Amino acid sequence: MALDEIKIGGLGASRRRVEDNRFIRGKGNYIDDIALPGMLHMEILRSPLAHARIRSIDVSAAWAIPGVRMVLTGDMLAARNLAWMPTLSYDTQAVLATDKVRFQGQEVACVVADDPYIAKDGCEAIVVDYEPLPPIVNPTQATAPGAPLIRDDKTGQDSNVVFDWEVGDREGTDRAFAQADVVSAIEMHYPRSHPSPIETCGSIADFNRATSKLTVYMTTQAPHIIRAAVALVAELPEHMIRIVSPDLGGGFGNKVPVYPGYVVSILASILLECPVKWIEDKSGNLISTGFGRDIYLKGEMALRNDGRILGVRMHTDSDHGAFFSDAQPSKFKIGLMHSAFSCYDIPAAHLTAQGVYTNKAPGGVAYRCSFRVTEAMYFQERMVQAAAADLGMDQAEFRRINLVRDDDFPHRTPWGFLTDSGQYGKCLDLGLEAIGYEDFLRQKEEARQRGRLLGIGISTMTEPLGAGNSREYDILGIKMFDSAELKVHMTGKALLRTGAKTQGQGHETTWAQIVAHELGIPAEDVLVEEGDTDTAPFGMGTYASRSTPVAGAAVAMVSRKIRAKARQIAAHLLEVSEEDVEWELGRFSVRGAPDRGVTIQECAIAAYSNMPDGMEPGLENNAYYDPPNLTWPFACYIATVEVDPETGVWDVLRVVAVDDCGVRINPMIVEGQIMGGLTEAYAMANMQFITFDEDGNCIGSNYMDYLLPTAWETPGFELHEVVTPCPHHPIGAKGIGECATVGGPAAFVNAVIDAIGDSGVRNIDMPLLPDRVYEAITGGHDISGAPPVKTE
Amino acid sequence: MYPSRFSYEAPSTVAEAVAMLAAADGEAKILAGGQSLIPMMKLRFAAPAMIVDINGIGGLDYHRADPDGTYRIGALCRHADLEKSAALADVQPTIAAAAPVVADPLVRTRGTLVGSVCHADPQGDWASVMVSLEGAIVAQGPDGRRSIQVADLIDGPFQTVLAPDEIATEAVVPAPRGTRAGGYLKLERRVGDFATVGVAVSVEMSGGSVARAGIGLTGVGPATINASDAAAALVGTALDADAVDAAAQLAAEAAQPRSDHRGSADYKRHVVATFVRRIGAQIQRSEQEAA
Repeated sequence: MALDEIKIGGLGASRRRVEDNRFIRGKGNYIDDIALPGMLHMEILRSPLAHARIRSIDVSAAWAIPGVRMVLTGDMLAARNLAWMPTLSYDTQAVLATDKVRFQGQEVACVVADDPYIAKDGCEAIVVDYEPLPPIVNPTQATAPGAPLIRDDKTGQDSNVVFDWEVGDREGTDRAFAQADVVSAIEMHYPRSHPSPIETCGSIADFNRATSKLTVYMTTQAPHIIRAAVALVAELPEHMIRIVSPDLGGGFGNKVPVYPGYVVSILASILLECPVKWIEDKSGNLISTGFGRDIYLKGEMALRNDGRILGVRMHTDSDHGAFFSDAQPSKFKIGLMHSAFSCYDIPAAHLTAQGVYTNKAPGGVAYRCSFRVTEAMYFQERMVQAAAADLGMDQAEFRRINLVRDDDFPHRTPWGFLTDSGQYGKCLDLGLEAIGYEDFLRQKEEARQRGRLLGIGISTMTEPLGAGNSREYDILGIKMFDSAELKVHMTGKALLRTGAKTQGQGHETTWAQIVAHELGIPAEDVLVEEGDTDTAPFGMGTYASRSTPVAGAAVAMVSRKIRAKARQIAAHLLEVSEEDVEWELGRFSVRGAPDRGVTIQECAIAAYSNMPDGMEPGLENNAYYDPPNLTWPFACYIATVEVDPETGVWDVLRVVAVDDCGVRINPMIVEGQIMGGLTEAYAMANMQFITFDEDGNCIGSNYMDYLLPTAWETPGFELHEVVTPCPHHPIGAKGIGECATVGGPAAFVNAVIDAIGDSGVRNIDMPLLPDRVYEAITGGHDISGAPPVKTE
Repeated sequence: MYPSRFSYEAPSTVAEAVAMLAAADGEAKILAGGQSLIPMMKLRFAAPAMIVDINGIGGLDYHRADPDGTYRIGALCRHADLEKSAALADVQPTIAAAAPVVADPLVRTRGTLVGSVCHADPQGDWASVMVSLEGAIVAQGPDGRRSIQVADLIDGPFQTVLAPDEIATEAVVPAPRGTRAGGYLKLERRVGDFATVGVAVSVEMSGGSVARAGIGLTGVGPATINASDAAAALVGTALDADAVDAAAQLAAEAAQPRSDHRGSADYKRHVVATFVRRIGAQIQRSEQEAA
């Protein structure tokens, strides 16, 4: 009898998350829970100004405070060649400022003391003499003639432009536009936001002079990349560096880069020969660490009167802050922006992109997103809605006409991606049926007669998740594969380690389910460990929804290696040839004599006690998985809203989500990911943004100004699914962690724009604050750019 | 988020607390709910040398009506106590309307009305409510007790006329001249967000017309705004639409908003007027239902 896969916690089981057992009991082990003997505490002094030359730094009063053990400045670091560090995008970033500060919140000095209170007192006692310089807070200012040069530290850098980049077929696209019946053009801004994990960044560096070993506990989504970076930057031997990423209180892309606090805590530990702990405060996290988005778009679509899209042109201006430290594949300067329009059948497309330096925090991390895919899909779906309106066509019908059809796969997108599977039309139809599309349109019209504003917004998209493959995807030259190592113990229990790093995704639960599916070992018998570079196999970490597509595939592949060896052992135990051994979940049996069999657990004990002659003992293996392609989940999100014409306040009536992420390992966790993503999508549309005043002061440096939605205002979500297995993934799974964050915002914005359609307004940039909506309705004009911030 | 060094005192009587404040020579802060003070200390925007924690003082957690209708709210009465009070809506409709929209449920569990009024944050809800009710604060100092109208208490952003050695022990709402009606409307981007605009309207109806009216505005000026001209426009009327409209216009004129990331000044004025109209209409509806 084969095992019941759901009962053993295999694929499709909504197994409770095993990690939650410790989290809800307060027994998690986060960075700030770790205390080492003799540990000192570090705090960072940050720049109050966005752009200023440093005339002098006087640290004498800080040194004089009892309990202060060390004060570190940029000059001290420069003497050790550590004042600057490389970024993930082949730029450099100041660790501690030496010449200038280039954004408000930049790290200027660090104080190490007996406790964090004294360290903070020490920071307050440091006197920095700044000569203010004119700040630059947007791309227009950055490229204006005579703009002050932000990166005067870089030889050959004579402007604030970071890069100019293009992809696609310029001439072909020009031809498409020449044939267009209608050209639909729109400009918009995706505002800066911050991933804002509830746990901030932090590290405990512990250099042991006697063993020469450096152990760093660190909030990182990618511990192995950090180990390599530390080896290169600090010139320490890699085998003497151990990075441990403990339980993480969220990451969302914020914990991918290397931050100055990590580097200085490591240096301080080496100099002081004792453990040094740095725990960033919330404001420090919000004003200095990796932000998301902050891109301006000029978009155009060439349309035929019958609704077909002939071509797309996009130009983006991206604001990278003071240092180009985007976390993204090396060869794509504006990430995967060119994955826009992948779900539509479009003959020609051309993208140009310019990135600029500004006096704002660096970052450009993939905030719950695969490298700018969030912006790409937002722009796409806003452009699509505007195009449908320009053609006078129903927005659902316009999408249906242009979506790639089921029998067109594999489909090459105009910018070169290969989408391989999906049932886009089915997802759209399911979404429209669930929301009651025709009924709602009638309700909307009736409401309009009575002066009420109802609206419906649709967002359909496929996104590329799960970098690599290694041919195209690397970070600083390291190819984007991933790994798993499985050790099946004598009693059939197992230890699984991967190169990924869970930060809320539930790997400890879901990886065990893949092992259960492949080997029939109950999921509860599989312990999953990640995050310690001394024990975990080399991997690129968890971000960009790559865990299931890459590390998850490696888990399946290593399980299959184990199964292959177990089959040989089974043949030996059953005294038949391997060809006569058949596999059913959890058990090998003799072909034609199903009663004669051995379980996977019996094979495990035999691997240590009764292996065939000549077989290497043990039941352990590893797998490095280099995916043949990205995975392409599809989603259709539909929101309905009501706008109060008197105040501009809008309320969400319903949200319907149809997600096709292929085979679902743990449906409960998938649904949790979708709900979390939709919550963030709603937040982006409604409230969650960081802006700057003209002096470069960050508005959004704490949770009073930077608003995350609470359970109170977050709408309910109605979830539906379609399953189109990924053709190349070993278990048919696709990424899902980011779909709703990526595809969701446009559904909300499209709904509000639809509701106020009579005003002629085509665009309001996020966030759709009530005053902006009200101004658009009453003024009858678009609202562009970041919300105005005036200092009075 | 580590505050500067401070000493901590926990008196058990108001007199003891007053003595501690007097001894601290202006360097002490009173800790009641702590929902503004503690974050400010953690951000080091505030660095008091001494914290006088009054939570151990008994008998300050009340809210009750005197026989004549005067309403008293003790210094340790939490927002949540008011929010959960079933009897409050009948006698103090404006307070009952405001209590559930102050901050978020966590803050409401700890924060106090009296503390909020004395914090004098222009974006605080309670000062507007109290201004609309012609409420007062009772303060106790070394020389005894005095009563200060809330409209006179606040003399700037985060500034009051309280002496450093005075403790506000209760808020007092005078007895109504007729039947109370009122409401509080607040525009916020999210629960717990500071008000973009808050409007408190309180009226006392007698013989079908308004005997007394008060309008307080939150978040649209450097301090809580007492829109007294707007309120005066309601007195003597039947709270008809024209009267409410006139009051709404005057309230918008009384507002002194500035443009910020919560909205433009013009928009905020518009919302003030809209909210006055909406509360007026609410009162009208409930009067008609009652009739």
